[in-house]
Amino acid sequence: MKRAIALLTILTAMTFGAIANAGDWDKIRIGVEGAYPPFSSVTASGELQGFDIEIARALCDEMGAECTLVQQDWDGIIPALLARKYDAIIASMSITEERKKKVAFSKKYYSTPAKFAQAKGAGIEISAEGLKGKTVGVQRATTHDNFVTAAFGDSVDVRRYGTQDEAYLDAVAGRLDLILADSVAMAEGFLNTDEGQGWEFVGPGYSDPEFFGEGAGIAIRKKNQDLVDKFNAAIDAIRSNGTYQAINDKYFEFDVYGE
Amino acid sequence: MDFGAIVSNLPLYLDGMLTTVELVVIALIIGLALAVPVALTATSNNPLVTFAPKAFIYFFRGTPLIVQMYMIYYGAGQFEPLRESIFWPIFKEAYACALIAFSLNTAAYTAEILRGAIIATPYGEIEAGRSCGMSKWLVLRRIILPNSFRRALPAYGNEVIFMLHGSALAGVITIVDLFGAARIVNSRHFVPFESFITAGVFYLILTFAIIWLFKKVEFRWHAHLRRREV
Repeated sequence: MKRAIALLTILTAMTFGAIANAGDWDKIRIGVEGAYPPFSSVTASGELQGFDIEIARALCDEMGAECTLVQQDWDGIIPALLARKYDAIIASMSITEERKKKVAFSKKYYSTPAKFAQAKGAGIEISAEGLKGKTVGVQRATTHDNFVTAAFGDSVDVRRYGTQDEAYLDAVAGRLDLILADSVAMAEGFLNTDEGQGWEFVGPGYSDPEFFGEGAGIAIRKKNQDLVDKFNAAIDAIRSNGTYQAINDKYFEFDVYGE
Repeated sequence: MDFGAIVSNLPLYLDGMLTTVELVVIALIIGLALAVPVALTATSNNPLVTFAPKAFIYFFRGTPLIVQMYMIYYGAGQFEPLRESIFWPIFKEAYACALIAFSLNTAAYTAEILRGAIIATPYGEIEAGRSCGMSKWLVLRRIILPNSFRRALPAYGNEVIFMLHGSALAGVITIVDLFGAARIVNSRHFVPFESFITAGVFYLILTFAIIWLFKKVEFRWHAHLRRREV
């Protein structure tokens, strides 16, 4: 009985806590993925790191909010936002029409094209004909998944993975002919690593807004339009005060913000 | 609630269900074929003979199926010599890896069920067979094994259902089984409740089919236990 009362007290406190912070946003919980280097990954000691993580912390500082980062698998990252497990997603999520049906987005905070990679010297021609019978690895439920399924789904064998890292593993193991992924994520997270030495980019960069959206934005529940506005203002602020540039330069040799 | 996405993706679910049924049926056949010799050697009195089958049963019952699958799928891919070998075309396919993991796993559980049934054979039955002049093998073939299968049937029905439910793990190594289909639908349309309850309903249907099938077999095999009108 005592435990039940204690539990009830905690639950009540949590409920009121949630209501209390809904208005002023001095505490924000942010959903991140943690398996998408160099944007988001977990160090050997269990710390979150990466471009997304640092941008999230910089935006929180800018807004004067106390942030908690919550790690969540990509598959369930939007359902968990809708289920109020956190208030915003900063996880390299492309702003697409399909996702806009469920969530609201801030303006983009970066934008990079998608590219195919192949085993060095495989000589695969990127066309409906050249891809016939090839296996392509993508991360499930990403813009890359949607694009390759729509554009080449009839001729290729699409293998969908829970995380981008698993696709890299299978590429090294020789189970895949191609990977389609974000060019920067793949360069830093795979091609420039020891494991990815045998792989190279092939074909053009894809950034068709119909599939890839306007870039990566911050996803927020639709009813929290005030939080969207706060994030937009914070993105503008870190863009102009040099914080963004500093984080950008720490990870990349080029401007990841795009056009 | 929005079941529109589910309806338009029904073919995906049906394909997934076919993959699930296929995987489970093949795994169960291979598993059962492996389980009989494993169970028989495990009931030997010679510790040198029982060591290998007992170790096999102990390992596969002692570790989670998902760990076994990751070891076979991702673990095997790590070793260069295996990747160069003639076995790689098998280990390269996610489907074959899932099949290997499922078969070995169900073989271990089935062997343990059978082992229990074999050692529960009443000694009088064996004695009766011997006194009719049957050889050791004939006793095994005509008395011990058939009666053990009978005793093992209810427990084995459970194992088949567990295998069906365990097969949902195939979805995590890129196979589009029933659960894999549900995950794709969920990830495209962000309708977790609808996509997973649909998969759940399909699993229920399959489970009912298994229960029905075992009821039929039990009716025949356990004819001697049927309640009789006096």
